[in-house]
Amino acid sequence: MGSNSSSMNNIPNAEQLVQETGFSAAHILRLYERFQFLDKDDTGQLRPEDFGAVRELAMNPIGDRIISAFFSPGQETLDFASFVRVLAHFRPADSNRTRDGAQPEPANSSMGKLKFAFQLYDQDRDGKISRAELLQVLRAMLGMQVTEEQLQSIAERAIQEADFDQDDAISFDEFRKSLEKVNIDHKMSIRFLS
Amino acid sequence: MLLMVSSSDTGHEPPEEDTSSSKSDTSSGTDSGHDTSGDSGQSGTDSGHDTSGDSGQSGTDSGHDTSGDSGQHGTDSGHDSGDGGHGGEPITTLPIVSWKWHHVSTPYLVALWILVSWLCKLIIEANHHVTSVIPESALLICFGFILGGMIWGADKVQTFTLTPTVFFFYLLPQVILDAGYSMPNKLFFSNMGAILVYAVIGTCWNAASLGLSLWGCHMGGAMGDLDIGLLQYLLFGSLIAAVDPVAVIAVFEQVHVNEVLFIMVFGESLLNDGVTVVLFNVFDAFVSLGGAKINAVEIIKGIISFFVVAFGGSLLGFVFGLLISLLTRCTKNIQIIEPGFVFVLGYLAYLTAEMLSLSAILSIVFCGMCCQKYINSNMDESSVTTVRYVMKVLANGSETIIFVFLGISAIDKTIWVWNTGFILLTLFFIFVYRFIGVFFLTWILNKFRLVPVEFIDQVIMSYGGLRGAVAYGLATMLDGNKIKEKNLMVCTTLIVVYFTVILQGITMKPLVTWLKVKRAAASELTLIEKVQNKVFDHMLVAIEDISGQIGHNYMRDKWNHFEEKWMSRILMKPSARKNRDYVFKVFHKLNLKDAMSYVAEGERRGSLEFVRNETAFVDFKKKFGDEFTEVMPDIMADTSEDHSGMSTMRGDPVPSVSLEMHEQNMNGVRETEDVNSHHLLQQHLYKGRKQHRHRYSRSHFDVNKDENEVQEIFQRTMRSRLESFKSAKMGVAPPKHITKHTKKDQLQKMPNGKSLDKSRSYHSGDEDFEFSEGDSASGFEASGGSFPMRVTYRAGAGIENPAFMPDLDPLAQVQIPPWLAEAELDSSMVAPSQRAQVRLPWTPSNLRRLAPLRISTHSTDSFMLADAPGAQQRDNERLPPPPPPPPPPHRDDDHM
Repeated sequence: MGSNSSSMNNIPNAEQLVQETGFSAAHILRLYERFQFLDKDDTGQLRPEDFGAVRELAMNPIGDRIISAFFSPGQETLDFASFVRVLAHFRPADSNRTRDGAQPEPANSSMGKLKFAFQLYDQDRDGKISRAELLQVLRAMLGMQVTEEQLQSIAERAIQEADFDQDDAISFDEFRKSLEKVNIDHKMSIRFLS
Repeated sequence: MLLMVSSSDTGHEPPEEDTSSSKSDTSSGTDSGHDTSGDSGQSGTDSGHDTSGDSGQSGTDSGHDTSGDSGQHGTDSGHDSGDGGHGGEPITTLPIVSWKWHHVSTPYLVALWILVSWLCKLIIEANHHVTSVIPESALLICFGFILGGMIWGADKVQTFTLTPTVFFFYLLPQVILDAGYSMPNKLFFSNMGAILVYAVIGTCWNAASLGLSLWGCHMGGAMGDLDIGLLQYLLFGSLIAAVDPVAVIAVFEQVHVNEVLFIMVFGESLLNDGVTVVLFNVFDAFVSLGGAKINAVEIIKGIISFFVVAFGGSLLGFVFGLLISLLTRCTKNIQIIEPGFVFVLGYLAYLTAEMLSLSAILSIVFCGMCCQKYINSNMDESSVTTVRYVMKVLANGSETIIFVFLGISAIDKTIWVWNTGFILLTLFFIFVYRFIGVFFLTWILNKFRLVPVEFIDQVIMSYGGLRGAVAYGLATMLDGNKIKEKNLMVCTTLIVVYFTVILQGITMKPLVTWLKVKRAAASELTLIEKVQNKVFDHMLVAIEDISGQIGHNYMRDKWNHFEEKWMSRILMKPSARKNRDYVFKVFHKLNLKDAMSYVAEGERRGSLEFVRNETAFVDFKKKFGDEFTEVMPDIMADTSEDHSGMSTMRGDPVPSVSLEMHEQNMNGVRETEDVNSHHLLQQHLYKGRKQHRHRYSRSHFDVNKDENEVQEIFQRTMRSRLESFKSAKMGVAPPKHITKHTKKDQLQKMPNGKSLDKSRSYHSGDEDFEFSEGDSASGFEASGGSFPMRVTYRAGAGIENPAFMPDLDPLAQVQIPPWLAEAELDSSMVAPSQRAQVRLPWTPSNLRRLAPLRISTHSTDSFMLADAPGAQQRDNERLPPPPPPPPPPHRDDDHM
């Protein structure tokens, strides 16, 4: 642990990140190593191209969306704190650690997770998943296997299912309602190794 | 009623034997003596064969053969003597009828027993008030008690018991194969680690702790004078340690606990067989060897044998699963017996494992799990349904028989050896150690699990440690010579089984309710949810990639890639590989459901009215979204799959729909209409083809159905649609041709003389109408003048529904059957250069956007008029069952 704590000092705002994201120090450390690995030119900032080094990501049908989800709009680079904050969405929800109402909602609450998922679709950030946006995701995921027309009708139907106010798009509320039965905590968590 | 049956059955038997023996009167004394001796002496094996044949019969084709054989062998001696008696008797006169009980006794009893067991189930299930309180398995065992009591009353001897042979060879395989085949693979593998821990370590713990504790109590003098050594205690512990798959399925099926909990208990019960087999064999061997000869080498051998047995069994099952998948790739031409392969090979997987002394249960489980995906997509849809149903029939049937016979087996004076200490202590230890084991293992597991197993779930998991027929089967397999207290062990096993299945089974449901265990959410299938799940999956993989962890999702993703790249390619038909995406399947399923409710709605209203009535149709459109019409133009791509649900459901009524159209047209007596309807009929209603209506065929189902017809209609219409679709893209033909063709057509009122090709082209004309309607939708009013053809269309279309177009009368002369007009236009006037220009508006998205517009700009009447026949048409065309074969080529044509 001695060496760990020493390198912990190298990480900017480590303590605050632990506080904010709920990751343990060991998690942060491990993620920092990963961050440095990805950050090939050692600028302390990740660019979208750096993610290209992850070979599997290129094969992921929605990989580019996920990468872009790391970058807040208009920004081209990503520092370690933001990196960790995004990953914090995927931390399993804390079962009994209660937070005071004063604190902002943690990223790993099911609401935070849902927001992250929603934003994957909502590329133009207008708070709605339009048919075209849904179609893009669908095309990426099952483009090879079904025809364009089938995709169209799938998108059509999916929109209809969730679209309660008949505006031909899915708002965040509708999105949340349509996934009410899904256990978001389970579906959007991974086990972070420490 | 049942009592009557069974009593008459059991009562019959002895008298019948009497008569048969008295028939061969020359040696009546010896013969009857022989019979009874054979009966009582062979009581075990005899009944065994009964049930064996029984399961074989109830079970599988393969099972039947073998069981028949074994039955033959078993009763051979009896048979021979009987035959000898008959043969030796000089025939003095020709017997008109003769009583041959011996001739049929074995299969007859088998069949009777199946019948009786199933009747028990029927009686039990007749009253749901009872089954909602007491689980079915417990009731079946109780029925077994009653039946056994009656046999006892009639025979004074235990004639029928559940023998290991019957159970392991003829009753168990189907149940396990079904479990494997319907296993939710993803759920299973994502909990695989936990399941393995419970199955391996948990079972070992149960066996060891029980054996040692009992031995300790024995040493302490709690059981009086028993001749059981430590090894025998361990042997007993190992046979009773395993949670029983049959009992677990039966009980948990009725309490709908959440899926993770279910898969844990269920998976454990299936996988612990490997451990049980090994432990049992090892300790059995140790008991034979005697304590002195056991050294480290033997123990290491035992550990090695565990790995060989478990992994070998699984691997064998895997291989057989691949084999089945490969076979179903090429069984297209023998669809009728296609489902049979699954059962035969599954059974062979079981027997082969048994032959190699590997874990047979593991083998057949993995066989089912491995092949399910591939056979479901390789085989014809009806074959898949068959497999599913037959699997359930067999599994449920033999499960019933198992429980009934577990009850019957109890009524046997010889096995009841009471030893209060032994029995009660066993019960107590089993119960307690199960709890300790589960809680301890879960405590460890929860440190590694993303979603920890909750406390309440652990309670249910411990409480659900039901023992069943496997333990009983193993107990009866004990060698009475080596193990002096075999009967006590059998008796204790039975008591444990009854205790767990009946008492714990009954209390399980209240307990689940009381503890508020998370139940399985009966959620409705929604597409958005499935799509989102897929997104989640990809997302998690990506996040694991980014954060550089090799986790669950990473592994699964790798496996999926591998599976896609190699296994699917090898094991799946190329045609089946398309469109097998899960989201798409859900989509298809939902559409099917819609279609069904559509039909139900139609039937409620009187189907024909519904189909023809445009308002209803529009309603329907609103209800299910415009996908119905809007996606239509791209028939090739969409209809085949998306809407095939519709067609399946309505497969039969369609010809009658066309007929009705005919009638309607007749009502609107007009000559042109006559022509119209005739064309329509000619295109869609085949004559002929029905000559062989009542022929019996063993290899085809569809002789008596119109399926061939329907299929052909479908293919033809598809072809013509494709043609017309192409030609529609070519653009609009000059109006003058219309008149020309009109005349031509008016003259040509002899539709009967038309060749097939012609009618096809007519048809395509009709199709064109539909397309152009969509096309011109936006600019219709403006371009009406320049496209007179369209007007004609609408008129022509209206003809089919005269009731809705009274104002179109003046147009009567111009009313050419649109298909005639257009088709020939198109086929003759193709102008490829125009393609590009017309093509643009055809993109489906365009159409979709236009849809509401069309509704608003046109008067509803005209819109409906125009649309309705087209819709009918579509219905007709989409009629055939979702046949996977026809669509793909079309689709390719269309989109490549």
